[in-house]
Amino acid sequence: MAAMFSQNPVMNGPNYSFSDAPRTANGEFREHRFNPYSDNGGSTLAIAGADFTIVAGDTRSTSGYSINSRYTPKVFKIGGTTSSQDDATILLSVVGFAADGEALRDRLDAICKIYRYRHGKPMSVTACAKRLSTILYQKRFFPYYVHAILGGLDEEGKGAVFSYDPVGSYEREQCRAGGAAASLITPFLDNQVNFKNQYVPGSGTGHDLKEREVVPLVRRDAEILVKDAFDGAVERHIEVGDGLQMMTITKDGIEEVLLPLKRD
Amino acid sequence: MDHRPQAWGRPRDDVYGAYDASFMNPNGPNQATQSPIVTGTSVVAIKFSEGVVIAADNLASYGSLARFTDVKRLRTFADSTVIGFGGDVSDMQYLDRHLTSLAIDESYSAPSLDSDAGGPPKARLNAANLHKYLAKLLYARRSKFDPLWNHLLVAGLDDDDKPFLAAADLLGTTFSAPSLATGFGSMLAQPIMRRFAPDEEAAARLTREQAVDVVKQCMKVLFYRDARSLDSYSIAVVTKDGVDLKENEKLENQSWAFAERIRGYGTQTA
Amino acid sequence: MFRNNYDNDSVTFSPQGRIFQIEYAAEAVKQGSVVVGLVSKTHAVLVAVKRNAEELSSYQKKLFAVDEHAGIAIAGLTSDARVLSNFMKQQCLGHRMTYGRSMPLRTLVDLIGEKAQMNTQVYGKRPYGVGLLVAGVDETGPHLFEFQPSGMTEEMSAFAIGARSQMARTYLERNVESFADCSREELVRHGLLALRESLVQDRELTVDNTSIAIVGLEEPADAEKTKKKTLRPFQLLDGQDVKEWIDASNVPAEGEGEQSGDGDRMNVDE
Repeated sequence: MAAMFSQNPVMNGPNYSFSDAPRTANGEFREHRFNPYSDNGGSTLAIAGADFTIVAGDTRSTSGYSINSRYTPKVFKIGGTTSSQDDATILLSVVGFAADGEALRDRLDAICKIYRYRHGKPMSVTACAKRLSTILYQKRFFPYYVHAILGGLDEEGKGAVFSYDPVGSYEREQCRAGGAAASLITPFLDNQVNFKNQYVPGSGTGHDLKEREVVPLVRRDAEILVKDAFDGAVERHIEVGDGLQMMTITKDGIEEVLLPLKRD
Repeated sequence: MDHRPQAWGRPRDDVYGAYDASFMNPNGPNQATQSPIVTGTSVVAIKFSEGVVIAADNLASYGSLARFTDVKRLRTFADSTVIGFGGDVSDMQYLDRHLTSLAIDESYSAPSLDSDAGGPPKARLNAANLHKYLAKLLYARRSKFDPLWNHLLVAGLDDDDKPFLAAADLLGTTFSAPSLATGFGSMLAQPIMRRFAPDEEAAARLTREQAVDVVKQCMKVLFYRDARSLDSYSIAVVTKDGVDLKENEKLENQSWAFAERIRGYGTQTA
Repeated sequence: MFRNNYDNDSVTFSPQGRIFQIEYAAEAVKQGSVVVGLVSKTHAVLVAVKRNAEELSSYQKKLFAVDEHAGIAIAGLTSDARVLSNFMKQQCLGHRMTYGRSMPLRTLVDLIGEKAQMNTQVYGKRPYGVGLLVAGVDETGPHLFEFQPSGMTEEMSAFAIGARSQMARTYLERNVESFADCSREELVRHGLLALRESLVQDRELTVDNTSIAIVGLEEPADAEKTKKKTLRPFQLLDGQDVKEWIDASNVPAEGEGEQSGDGDRMNVDE
């Protein structure tokens, strides 16, 4: 009976339920079918510094309007020799469809381990970045539904952040926010990390204004920025909250910190 | 009349109609079942100081028909882990057979395992291992577009003998929390459980009696408000001493007094 | 006389019920340089003598990690060893990915036993020409297994394979009662002393020709938090890292029993 007054644009006014059922462009009946994807929400952020990289993600897992869990990590250490990943050198964050994210993590970790067996040394971030692109593209026609971000230190010891789209297109960047609140966090980063639209006061008028000089962030400042970015995102995005998992990689290894975020 | 060898013994097409040859084509497109048929509803579980309490009612529904009222949706594996299944019952039974044979295979490699201090023999595959395995199995099936249509909770202890509770669903999505519920339980029961165990520290302070009490309360609310539920249920308590499973519990202290005030569908009072 | 008639392939028995190809494969193991393995209640240790084909070439690696909790020592055809060790690495990685735990040693060893036996029963295949000592720690503690080309796998408390390994085995048999309670250092010391027994008269253990591998359960750094011992991952020592161990084994311990009796050795092959 509800079908008679459906808002469905194909159905105009009261109709017999079957003769005017919704159809696709090809003329076939539009049917429910098993949807292999779902969106588990959440947001991630990575910032590359002069000699460190921070990769952070909130720990909330959602399903529609429900919260599945307040602690489901999205940032993972990759490529260590032991299961505790104590000597890992690469960080992977995945946000989107969590099952695909974990499958991607397992695949990348196995490949990094096998690389270590074969070559006797850990995989470099740049090599891993390229490899991740091919892993994602291999499922071009049934993608891993995640926004992946890879973080580490390049061969010169400088912070490196690589971000990906679901089918493997990638680029090395200074910083990147991914996930549900990416559009809220990115403008904040543009202004606070890359100092966009910031000018040196008194340096002139109009076009003569000097832009504020872009210098790499100090680690402590970057960590505070990350927390602030997430606090802002949590305020306005329902899928982000509960906890912040922040991993910082330096030449001395990876440190993990868990900070609370608003749980509403 | 067609006298060719391929027509010998073949009923005439003009009399009986042409063959439907699709069944003879094994390489043609196949489609797996797209929806569950006989289903179980919510499963609820909560961690406490020494283990996990998990419960599910004993109903298997056939759409809106309450068809089978003695279906045990809590299954024990290797005397150490309880898995509660929501969703399709035939897939639940398949998983039960599969996991049982897995548990048996594991026990072959450790037939005379010594137990610590006279307790039950330590299982080789603990709850965390089983959950990981199930998650991979479910994910693999969804990637073949032939899912095992279940949403299940795995309750037990992990490698360090700490309470372990995690969910896995038909998409291979997994998550873990101090309290979990599937189906309608995630809407009706989780808010109740989260008041008692909002985080891991609070859950670790719950006693067994408190945890069982909370779960029973949730089962009552589910019976009040889930139209596909039953008042007879199974409840299990998993600790390092093993699994204590009660399968024919009845809901107690129900109050249907509110029903007398209801007339019609909403604002109707006559 | 009959030995040469029935040794063409591994699918032919001799009238005495022997399969010569398998026995010949075992000979290949005896050609490799000696490796020794031993287990205590907490640790498993592998020690090996590396050989170099000529003065200018490098010494052949004898010990390999297979996962963080297990490793192997090889004697025989190195290329066959590589294939088996790659297989073991894949299996361990896959098992850890599926179950979230380290692969139980017995399961791993059964897999290579099965794999090797198949090569002895299929026409056209040849047995693997390598013997292994597989050492590792799983949830039932430290283990040592012997693997032979026939596919036979046997758990050992201590063993040695390779050239002149009988001398090492004799030492191990004499001291086997004391291994269970040995500390990590004592266990390695016994291993090196056993190894020394099998050396040719004028050879010594040096930093170039000795390898040591240790894996075991140790008190975690935060010992107050948990009483449970944790895994100290498989650690391979070569070159300068073995110097202190060799030096320690040269110093007789207090109350040390007789070492080898006289200097008679079976110099059958070099």
